[in-house]
Amino acid sequence: MVFLQVIVGGLLLGAIYALFSSGLTLIWGMMNFINFAHGEFVMLGMYVAFLVVVWIGGGPAIFTLAAAFALLVLGVAIYLSLIRHVIRGPMLAQILSTFGLALLLRYTAFYIFSANFVSLPQTWLAGTVNLGGIYLPVAQLVGGVLAIILTLALHVLLTRTVIGSRLLAVAEDRAAAMLMGIRPDRMQMLAWGLSAGAAGIAGALMATAYPWSPSVGETFGLIAFVVVALGGFGSVLGSLYAGLIIGLIQAISAFWLGAIYKDIVVYGLFVALLWFRPQGLMGKA
Amino acid sequence: MNRILSPRLAIVLLAAALLAYPLVLSGAFYRDVGVTFLLAAISASAWNIVGGYAGQVSVGHSMFFGLGAYIPLLFYTLWGWPPMAGIPAAIALSIGLSILIGMPTFRLTGHYFSMATIAVAELIRIFTGTWDFVGAAIGLQGPAIARGWWDLTFRSELPYYYLFLVVLAFLLAVTSFIERRRFGFYLRGIKASERAARSLGVPVRRTKMQALALSAAFTSVAGSLYVIKTGFIDPDSAFGILISVQMVIIAALGGAGTLFGPLVGALILIPLQSATNTWFGGGGSGLTYILYGGIIVLIARFEPGGLFDLWQRLVSRFRSSQAFAARSYELRNR
Repeated sequence: MVFLQVIVGGLLLGAIYALFSSGLTLIWGMMNFINFAHGEFVMLGMYVAFLVVVWIGGGPAIFTLAAAFALLVLGVAIYLSLIRHVIRGPMLAQILSTFGLALLLRYTAFYIFSANFVSLPQTWLAGTVNLGGIYLPVAQLVGGVLAIILTLALHVLLTRTVIGSRLLAVAEDRAAAMLMGIRPDRMQMLAWGLSAGAAGIAGALMATAYPWSPSVGETFGLIAFVVVALGGFGSVLGSLYAGLIIGLIQAISAFWLGAIYKDIVVYGLFVALLWFRPQGLMGKA
Repeated sequence: MNRILSPRLAIVLLAAALLAYPLVLSGAFYRDVGVTFLLAAISASAWNIVGGYAGQVSVGHSMFFGLGAYIPLLFYTLWGWPPMAGIPAAIALSIGLSILIGMPTFRLTGHYFSMATIAVAELIRIFTGTWDFVGAAIGLQGPAIARGWWDLTFRSELPYYYLFLVVLAFLLAVTSFIERRRFGFYLRGIKASERAARSLGVPVRRTKMQALALSAAFTSVAGSLYVIKTGFIDPDSAFGILISVQMVIIAALGGAGTLFGPLVGALILIPLQSATNTWFGGGGSGLTYILYGGIIVLIARFEPGGLFDLWQRLVSRFRSSQAFAARSYELRNR
């Protein structure tokens, strides 16, 4: 029974990994660009939720929406002020831009919020539910289920709507998309907004269930790399499966080997993937 | 030629200044800054071989630095050997690790290489912190008191300064040698366009591998020098992400892919870092990294070629305006 509990807990956390990783894979699929600051976006989402609770006292719906909106605006602003200018530049500039951004956001957060762990006061989603002998905190359950729904929604948005077709058209052939009357710049801006927004929501959902500090950004950034590498670069559905798998692997290795080894196992998996199957589970070579 | 300073003269002046520095400014603080500067210049110049010349941006070079730092102290702890004896083994291990990383990632685009380097460095850092054999989170300690000159444990900073200076000079000589060889042209070709280089018959993967191995070897030496001087190492100061960041930022600031770029970058950044640490006190390290992040973003956005590029543009603008003035003078007085 304990083991089943570990598995369900891992899957619920994995669902949130899937949500923020889908943002990273969206940017990669759209413009062959790796955002090294993606984990920091998740971390900022957590602190937005925290500030909304502390200052306004809003409930889960309010702080989750606030985190989504704040990060969406940040993503668009970063695209317009930074990414748009480096995307045509040399590789060094592309990698340095978001890498520097990650440092800037991480250490600014350390400076403002200190390195101490914080958590949200448990008043709204407190308590546990009993699912056939497995006890689950309500916050984890709600967060995990919402994350799966939102990741699927992003997949549907990309594959079934006009906006999604436009995004994919720009990803496939920028020049041809322009000839069809699509503005690539706008679509890429939208992709950055969606990507950062997804990270923000994921952060807010995690904030309800887990404590955190500014250093989580680095961990989540690396986890997003692993999820995207496993699911295939550019595949939202792939990152959903991969997120769940990584969450599961983490939970099981923490259970069997001890909590300090869970990240070692996941990063080791990443290196193994790069060696044996760099295109991921669902990606094209 | 209306040059104020010929390159050859500039190098002689620079060498003279570096040789004289610790004798002129002999305070402990200045010598410490000097040693830190040399070490940063060595690390960044080593990174520059693969990150600058070949354009393969590693953001996890701390893994080689850390290996270079850990192996000498591990040899000392296990068998009581002088730390310096571990340097060859550290170099060999670093080259092995570089092959392990380069083999799969160099088949793919450059982003994979960057992601792999950061993940492997993090993996090693966390793993070292849990492994009792290498001291886990506490790390390893070197000889406290020198048993002989071969321990390279000096009370004064002066011997370290000149030792590091010799290594830096050797590294720059090797880099400048490569720069003029076929290998150097291959590297720049790969950086400009991998596809074009391959179609012209450049052995792309092998060349990238060699550049990474060479860079890893020198980075490892930098780690060994660091640990021989400080006599102490722990996972964060060996494999921490900020070790990698410093190499990247220094090389990019001065000009990645140029011979003296990393040196110039270190010349600016290290005094700046010492100054911010003094101004903001002990709690200033966080502010230093905020500053680092800001500088990196600004370089990427406005001057991806670093100060070297900026300088060249300014010079050529100055020249063309001079040439224009001379020409219009001629026309007027015809």
